This record gives sequence, structure tokens and C-alpha cells, in this order.
Amino acid sequence: MSTTQAVEESDETLALQQGRPPLNVVYEWLTTVDHKKIGLMYIAYALVFLLVAGVEALLMRIQLAIPNNHFVSPQVFNQLFTMHGTTMIFFVGMPILFGFGNYLVPLMIGARDMAFPRLNAFSFWISAFAGILLYFSYVGASGLYAAGSAPDVGWFAYAPLTARVFSPGHSTDYWTLAIFLSGIGSIGTALNIVTTIVSMRCKSMKMSRMPLLVWLYLVMAALVFVAVSPLTAAQIMLTLDRYLGAHFFDTQAGGSAVLWMHFFWIFGHPEVYVLVLPAFAFVNEIVPVFSRKAIFGYPAMVAASVGIGFISLSVWAHHMFTVGMDAAANTFFVFATMVISVPTGIKIFNWLATIWGGKVIFATPMIFCVGFLFQFLIAGLTGIMLSAAPFDWQLGNSYFVVAHFHYVLVGGILFALFAAFYYWYPKITGRMMSEKLGKWHFWLFLIGFHLTFDFMHVPGLLGMPRRIYTYEAGRGWGALNFLVGVGAIFQAAGLLCFLYNMIRSYYHGKEASHDPWDAWTLEWSTTSPPPDYNFATVPTVNSRRPLWDLKHPEDPDSDYE
Amino acid sequence: MLVLSVTLAIFLIVAGLLLYALVRYRHRPEDSDREPAQIYGSNQIELSWTVIPILIVVMLFLATTRVILGTQGIPKPEQTTNVTVIGHQFWWEYRYPELGVVTANELHIPISDPAKPMPTYLTMSSADVSHSFWVPRLAGKTDVIPNRVNTMWIDPQQAGLYLGQCAQYCGSQHAKMLLRVYAQSPADFAAWVSQQKKPAQQDFTGNAAAAEGQTVFMHNACINCHAVGGTAATGRFGPDLTHLASRDTIASGAIENTPANLRKWIDDPSSMKPGSLMPPMHLNQHDLDAITAYLTQLR
Repeated sequence: MSTTQAVEESDETLALQQGRPPLNVVYEWLTTVDHKKIGLMYIAYALVFLLVAGVEALLMRIQLAIPNNHFVSPQVFNQLFTMHGTTMIFFVGMPILFGFGNYLVPLMIGARDMAFPRLNAFSFWISAFAGILLYFSYVGASGLYAAGSAPDVGWFAYAPLTARVFSPGHSTDYWTLAIFLSGIGSIGTALNIVTTIVSMRCKSMKMSRMPLLVWLYLVMAALVFVAVSPLTAAQIMLTLDRYLGAHFFDTQAGGSAVLWMHFFWIFGHPEVYVLVLPAFAFVNEIVPVFSRKAIFGYPAMVAASVGIGFISLSVWAHHMFTVGMDAAANTFFVFATMVISVPTGIKIFNWLATIWGGKVIFATPMIFCVGFLFQFLIAGLTGIMLSAAPFDWQLGNSYFVVAHFHYVLVGGILFALFAAFYYWYPKITGRMMSEKLGKWHFWLFLIGFHLTFDFMHVPGLLGMPRRIYTYEAGRGWGALNFLVGVGAIFQAAGLLCFLYNMIRSYYHGKEASHDPWDAWTLEWSTTSPPPDYNFATVPTVNSRRPLWDLKHPEDPDSDYE
Repeated sequence: MLVLSVTLAIFLIVAGLLLYALVRYRHRPEDSDREPAQIYGSNQIELSWTVIPILIVVMLFLATTRVILGTQGIPKPEQTTNVTVIGHQFWWEYRYPELGVVTANELHIPISDPAKPMPTYLTMSSADVSHSFWVPRLAGKTDVIPNRVNTMWIDPQQAGLYLGQCAQYCGSQHAKMLLRVYAQSPADFAAWVSQQKKPAQQDFTGNAAAAEGQTVFMHNACINCHAVGGTAATGRFGPDLTHLASRDTIASGAIENTPANLRKWIDDPSSMKPGSLMPPMHLNQHDLDAITAYLTQLR
């Protein structure tokens, strides 16, 4: 490997950068088409929105901590949960995962950039604009003459609540346009990821040698195509309804409220997998490195991922068990939903088998993965419960469901994301994050997570529906909601710890070598941070773990594949 | 129950194994620097943890299907109390087509004797946006969707008050679209029906305030939205008030039905339930007193 040459190059670029006026640096970032810079901008932008949506969550938990609270008005509360959900899915989850994908996929397949660098920049900026547009509703939704009014129709915006009769003013238009634009950005990035993986791999990297992360991003990007398109189409239909007198969802003129549900959930459920597949991807890379073993059952892992991708397209109506579908439809969606637990189970078993017989090192990335494994297991099992339609007739739209999907999104995806941050931070910045602060972050967040989301299941079982701004004292939900609120504060503290760790480590962290974790995939063969165009010479790979082969010439992987 | 125990068993086994592996195979300081043996997979083991979950899934699916068919597949019982449920933004309308009763927010139903079942059959739709009818202790929820008719039936065997609330976000006061179901003995239910079938109280002897209140009611916008049986008020946008005073609560179960609360509600509904679609009527204090007197005697 020509690592030394790469080091020299990066030193030069660094020296160049340091001597330049700040305005030039800003100009460079604004106009960049480099996949790493765009990836980092995606991540930074998502972190800003994570803070915003996190504050929204905190405000809601304060309102619900005691019965009959008057901390915020009903209108404000309804805006808070709409904005929280919309922001977390479209302006935190998607961009942060696209950001990691952008950064890592070319590095891992030995490419010098994405297939379409300009499209990449376009996708980022249109998504960024969409997020800003959504929040501009706080200023502009009622026009300049009235105070702002953010969207308040819920993140799945069921028709006909979004019709102009029930949602006058422009708040719903801001929501629709923001989702529409972010959809265009997502489809652009998905197209880019698929094309990059298919056509930009270095010569010797066959599909069967791609790191699992790359496979999962391939499935994820393919799902984005199929899932986001109907949602984007539905936004156009809704706008036609609102302004040109179309009647797709206008029930008063014979339109169908259920049609919107189908459009939304045929996006909405694959979307869960769009978010969770990259989380699997991170765990697939981190667990083997910190167990010091190759991933167990690579072909099965690939097959399971592709299987999840396909099955996830046929489960959407399990969000609609209570709309009065007939028994045949209900049983079909029960079956599809339960079946998806099989490939998901295979993944969990394979991770278990990867750990089995290894030498597990509990560094911060790994402990977050361990949190992920336990929590995702629980989330999967409550998912199986909810997939049984009769269970759902009781618990659908209750706090049990809210607890379930936050277990997936926070306990699963966010934990995996934290692991990814700690794992790849040295590659991105050239410095290690503090292990001590990392452990503080982990424990604070773990305690907060369990306080919040374990106890949140119970009010659901006791009959508390979601999206209510307050409740009566006599229902027995008060103490539980208080604990949930306390947990939220712990989570906030953990998150602050994490952000502080990132900023502090950037200036004072221990310097990282190009391969601080003794890992095996291509991104660790180049410098930290990688130079422009990533690799001085295009790498050659003979197996799934090219760096293992280099480090263990006596026992290379290529002998076994 | 089966689903619960199966998932619990899976959790205990998998979490136990995971915990064991993490402890047993942790890196120890005395370990050598050698990497552990690299194992790439095992077809037999992987096959077993594919097939066993498939079998579990098939079992759970069959059990679930039995419940679904047992709930949805049964034909409508022959003898039922029929109620039409109409969801409105932030209140419930109940119409008993055979009994000629119209009421709001507080659903009265007869309890059912297992020997001679008399379930209540609900035919549901919405006047505006989607809602969902959920009384946890009586049955699962059914969405109440405009331009669509859903049905369900409930069959309580114990008298009492069952609480629930709207379970589909429907706008600013979704949280206070509460449900109260009064399950009564057949005799009590019959008495309630005969009371509700009467036209509204029109005899104001000795109650001058109520008589004046009726005049205020009939000469204001009240009648555009509210009906009072036997009078010119036939509006259907808001709850039927013919027997308002026989209800325990107002504002869809959100507020106790006392004269003081009623007066405050008429004066400014949004002070008690912000976002309620009832506008403040801007009545003077005298008219407020009169109209409260009128409404409180509509038993």
C-alpha cells in the first residue's frame, strides 16, 4: 500500500487549507462536490435538526409529565408532535444515514467519489432547503399578518384533516412542500448510491466481496426509490386537492381517506427499513472488529438484507388494522409482517455467533452496539406482538405503539448511529473521541432511554392514546408519564455529553493513526482524514477483508471464500 | 396470550445467550495477542435458526388467524340494539334508529345476558375527519372514517361506566374527545329510552328564567347547530340538547355537567376546551343566566 504517499498528500492539503482565508473555506464547502464533504454536511445538518426535534420532544414530555398540565396550549402541542415526527424522520434520520453512506460507501469500495458528484450536491442542498422551509412555517405559515403556525396535522397527516376546510392557512402547504422537496433529494441520493455501488467499485471488488455495509446501503437505496416515490406523488395529489379542486382525498366530494393511508404507509413502512438497514450496516462493521472475528454467515446476512427489502414492501397495511379491512386482507398483512421477523432474526443470531468465540473489546463503539442488540431484540418482539391484528385493535395508536417504534428508532437506530460516530470519528477527523466521555454518554443515555421507553409501554396498555395534549388525573397514567419525562432529561444530558465530546475531541483528542481499531475494510487503508480522492492508488482486494489479508498473510480470508 | 408467552420465551433465550457470549468471550488482559479463530459460518446452524423461526411464525400466524376469523368472520347476531355512531370534530353523536333516540357523547347500552345475548351493534361513520372509537375494556378500536361505514359490536355483561376516547388524531381537541359508555340493566336501559324519547321539556311553570332562556336560545345562532326535540331548533352540527340535563358531562366528557360549568361553557367554550368548534355567543350576563336555567331543566 502506498500509505506514506497518501500521508504526504494530505499534509500538503491540510497546510494549504490552514493558510487560507475563512471566506474561501466557506466558499469551498458551499460549492463542493466531494462525497466526504457532502457527507459531513449531511451529518452536521442532521445533528442541528436532532437538537431541534429533541427540544420539541422535551417540551412535550414536560407538558405530559403531570395530568391537566397547562405548560403549552393544545395547538402548540399538536404542532410539536407533528414537527418532532416529521423532523426526526425526514431531516434527522434520512440525512444522517445518507451522510454516513456518502462518506463511507466510496471509501469502502475503493472509489474516488460518488458516481454523480453534482447530483450529490444538488440532493444535499435541496434536502437542506426542505428542512429550512419546514421550519420557516413558524414565521410564515399564516402570511405576514399573523403569528406563525407550524403544521399540526401529525407526521402522517391523515386526510381529510389536511383538506383546506380543516386545515386553513398555509401550515399544511409548508409540510407538503418540505416533504416533496426532501423526497426529491432522497431519490437523487438513492440513485447516486445505487449507481456508485454498481459501477464504481475498484476492479477487484466483486459484489460478493463488498463489505456488508455496502450491501445494506444498496438495499436501502433501492427501497428509497420504491418507497419515497409514492409519498412524493401523494404530496402532489394533496396539493392538487387543496388548490386545484381535485378530489383524491377530499371525502366531502367522494374522495377516499383510506387512499391517503395506503399512499402514506406504502412509503411509511419501507421507510422504517430505510432507516434501520443502515443501522444494521454499522453493527455489521463494528461488531466483528470488536469481537476480533469475521462476520458469521456473510451470504446469509446478504440474503436476509435483500429479503427484508422485498418483504418490507408488502407489510404496510399493518398500520391500518383498525380501518375496517376484511379478514382476508388483515390475515395477509399479519402474515407478511410476521415473516419479516425471520430474516431479522437471522441477523441477530449471526451477530450473536460473531461474538461467540471472539475476544470482545468493550470500547465505546462496541458498547453502543451491545445496547443496540438487546434493545432491537425487544423492539422486534413487541413488533411481533403488534403484528397480530387483534393485539393491534387494542393497542394500535396507543402509547404502546409509540414506545415500540421509539425502541426501534432510538434503542435501535440511534444507538447504532452513536456507535458509528465513535467508530468512524477518528477516520473523519484524525483524532480519537474521548472514551471517558463516551462512557458517560452511554450510561446517561441508556438510563434515560430505558426510563422513558420502558415505562412508556404501560400507559398504552392502560388505554392512553397517542397525540393527546393532556389527560385526566384519575386514569392512573400520571406517575408513569412523570418517569418518562425524567428519562427524557437523562437522554438530553447524554446527548449533550456526546456533542461536547465531538467538539472537544476535534481540538484536544488523541491523534488517531490511519487504522486505530485494527480493522479490516478499505477505509482504514487510507489516511485519517482521507485525502481528496481517497486513495493515491486504486486498492486491490482479494477477499471481504482486504486489510486482514495484509495483516495476516499466513492465514488470508481469500483462502476461505 | 400465546403471542405474549412465545415472545417472552424468545427474549429470555436470545438475551440469555447474548449475555453469556458477551461475558464468556470478553477480552481478558491475560489473553494473548493472537486473534481468535476465524469462523465464517455454518450451514447447519444457520439453517436451524432459519427453519425454527419460520415454524414459530407459522404457529403464531395460525393462532392469530383463528382470532381474526373468530372476530370478523362471525355473522351479525340476530337480535341487537342498533346504534349509529357519528364522529364529529371533538364530540360523538349517537342515533338509535329503531328506538327513535338521538343523543351525544354518553352512550347508553343494555347489558347482555349470556343466555339471551343482546349485543349492541355499532354502525360508524364520520361527519368530518377520521376518528377512532376505542373503549379498551369493551373492545378493540375501530376507525370512524368519513365516506366509509365501519361496523363493530360490543357485548358487555356487567353494568357500569366504561371510559374511552378517540384514538385517531382528529385536530386540536383530539385529547378531549372522550367516550363514556353506560352499560345498564335491561330495565334501566328501557327507562332511559322512554325518557329520551320524550320531546323536550316545555312546561316552564314557576320557572320564569327558563322560559326567558328558551326565548334567548331560539332567537340566537344556537339553533343553527343544536337541536331541541319538539322546538324549532333542528341544527345537527352540534350535539342534540333535547335531554342535555340528563347527562353527567358536557363538552364530550371533558367537563362535569353543573349549572356553573354550563354557564361558563356557553360564555366562552374555548376557555374550557380551546379549539372547540362552538363559538362564544357573546351573551350578556342576564341572558347567560336565563339560557343556563333553560338548559338545566332539559331533563
